[in-house]
Amino acid sequence: MRPLTATRAPVIHRSKQLAGPDADFESGARTGAEPKLRLRGLIGRNTDRLDPAPSRLSYRLQRWMLTPGIRRGLKFGLPVLAICAAAGIYFGSQERRDALVAYVVDIKTSIQQRPEFMVNLMAIDGAGTNLSEDIREVVPLDFPVSSWDLDVEQIRDTITGLNPVKSATVRVRPGGILQVDVVERQPVIVWRTRRGIELLDETGAHVEQIASRKDHANLPLIAGKGADAHVGEALDLLTTARSLGTRVRGLVRIGERRWDLVLDRGQRIMLPTERPVRALERVLAVNEVQDLLERDVAVVDMRLGQRPTIRMTKAASEDWWNTKVTVGSEQ
Amino acid sequence: MMTDLYQSQRAMRQMRRQAMQRGVVAILDVGSSKIACLVLRFDGSARLSEDNTIGSMAGQTGFRVIGAATTRSRGVQFGEVTAMQETERAIRTALQAAQKMADIRVDHVIASFSGANPRSYGLDAQVDLEGQVVTEAEVGRVLNACDVPDYGAGREVLHAQPVNFALDNRSGLIDPRGQMGQSLAVDMHMLTVDATAIQNIVRCIKRCDLELAGIANSAYVSGVSALVEDEQELGAACIDMGGGTTSVSIFMKKHMIYADCVRMGGDHVTSDISMGLGIPASVAERIKTFNGGVHATGADDRDLIDIGGDTGDWEHDRRTVSRAELIGIMRPRVEEILEEVRVRLDAAGFEHLPSQQIVLTGGGSQIMGLDGLATRILGQRVRLGRPLRVHGLPQSATGPGFSSAVGLSLFAAHPQDEWWDFEIPVDTYAARPFKRAVRWFRDNW
Repeated sequence: MRPLTATRAPVIHRSKQLAGPDADFESGARTGAEPKLRLRGLIGRNTDRLDPAPSRLSYRLQRWMLTPGIRRGLKFGLPVLAICAAAGIYFGSQERRDALVAYVVDIKTSIQQRPEFMVNLMAIDGAGTNLSEDIREVVPLDFPVSSWDLDVEQIRDTITGLNPVKSATVRVRPGGILQVDVVERQPVIVWRTRRGIELLDETGAHVEQIASRKDHANLPLIAGKGADAHVGEALDLLTTARSLGTRVRGLVRIGERRWDLVLDRGQRIMLPTERPVRALERVLAVNEVQDLLERDVAVVDMRLGQRPTIRMTKAASEDWWNTKVTVGSEQ
Repeated sequence: MMTDLYQSQRAMRQMRRQAMQRGVVAILDVGSSKIACLVLRFDGSARLSEDNTIGSMAGQTGFRVIGAATTRSRGVQFGEVTAMQETERAIRTALQAAQKMADIRVDHVIASFSGANPRSYGLDAQVDLEGQVVTEAEVGRVLNACDVPDYGAGREVLHAQPVNFALDNRSGLIDPRGQMGQSLAVDMHMLTVDATAIQNIVRCIKRCDLELAGIANSAYVSGVSALVEDEQELGAACIDMGGGTTSVSIFMKKHMIYADCVRMGGDHVTSDISMGLGIPASVAERIKTFNGGVHATGADDRDLIDIGGDTGDWEHDRRTVSRAELIGIMRPRVEEILEEVRVRLDAAGFEHLPSQQIVLTGGGSQIMGLDGLATRILGQRVRLGRPLRVHGLPQSATGPGFSSAVGLSLFAAHPQDEWWDFEIPVDTYAARPFKRAVRWFRDNW
């Protein structure tokens, strides 16, 4: 039904309840629904109600919102931005940042200090009493300590840095024990220098300084500057000279270049730089046959392989001269 | 002017290619009674079969309808835009609703309209081939050699489709490329419409912030969707009875060979009822839809229809009309439309086609008993056509009123080769001296 306008409204006096469009009109629902002045033409008069169309702005806005990039931006970018902004504002002040850091540290400490992670003692295997004490000295830990705070690598490096220690493994054993397994260096040779007497292992590494040679009488002796760098060669030579038994006094490094094997009675075997073991074997072979070293020989000079030389003792050479003279005078 | 058109059509093809890459395109059927908008998504999965014929799925597997909306058309009469603001608002409404359903923004639109006095021309040309083999350039050359008739100022070519190729004495070739021969001949169907009508539609679409990716005549596209494959092959006429116009298209060998439009449609039936019974157009439309028909029987005299009114006059508001009277109003107008269609078909020489199948489609074809009436006027072989089923089309949009929208979807997915899909030969194309130089070098060195 066509809506009634205000001017055409019939004035009806009745007590009956109004219904339908009359009620709408009375309640004011339709007043002002249509403008008095119609700017649109006759054609477009009722199209607004019959044919709703989106305005240009809402059309563009909807198209804009349907663009994939914008949608993604609104769906993910905006929340992320909001969260970042909120976090940035919250942590803008120093005391809030500090409070957060303190809180995190607190939690971290409380987890690290749990009894499951605590290390109560250090067990050292494979080291003598002196070495154990040394290790405890260089690794100063006041137990109990959390295993999170232990730098096992660094502890191992410290222990390996000790002279008598060849190698070491350090690990935290279940039960809160810091297990240190040490392999000690075994002294194999005594090195006498101007500064004192040292024990060396087979690689020439320093093991210990000793006061007296007598404490390690069973170990062979070497001397001379730079001898510790050639301990392996010295050991080979001494092994070769085993047949000489107790006559061997020791090896002397001459000029940081070659060895002299020193025997008792002031005898000396001068070995070449190259292949000294071979040269020593030649001397020993001669000794075997000729008893060379039992005679009055002061020096066996093997420095030149083509021309081995011996020097007799002074007394022996004088003896020899006398003998010749005697023989000559008799004839 | 021809070059102008060539350029703009090529630009539209380029737009279509872009839309395909983006995968979303809108279909807009601007009709006199409703504006339908479909949003298609191309997944690019399906291709036509190897021999380039339409397969069992009719080539419609490559896309899916993801949004559909219709709105009452405003500002369109006889299939032409008469009030641009109103039409723009209607397009906006339909497009916004379809976008909302599809949940995606659409930037490219392919439009169809029915009016603007379409006129068909048959062109032919013959050229001697430069080489032995037909190349794409040769096809372009023969198409360009067509003797274009003087179709009048203010007209624009809407379709120019090669429908038949002949190589020497062999005719009926669909695709002559790669074949050997001496001379190539082509038959081309050209459809011209009023230029202002196209410009108005283009302007409406531009004002909605959309890019036009193609434009088609709705007689053609409803034939594409309403005719089945063998009808298109053997020859058939599609009669799309719309609101303001009734458009006719004749198909033969899968090509449209004729299109025309009668400037009468369902709206005229409605206005006859409205005038004859003295009722508003909306009521007339309703009783036409629910009670209309073209064959009166004895029972129809007793079938009274309440036509009502809201004047406040009791007598006037309780008028009734018998269904026989309603049919008596509708039938002459429907007959007039069909007679007019008959005239157009005769003018096109439809009776010479081997098969004279006639398919009625469009919203007006839903009048009850129309097929019987059409049989009397148009010939024995008349059937009612519905558009092809496509993926995702809502049930409410599968009626015959949507055959041009659906056909436009098929057109968007697989457009037919038109004249502007081939390169214009360089010698008629003085604007590109560089290309000419390159060509000269290629030919001589």
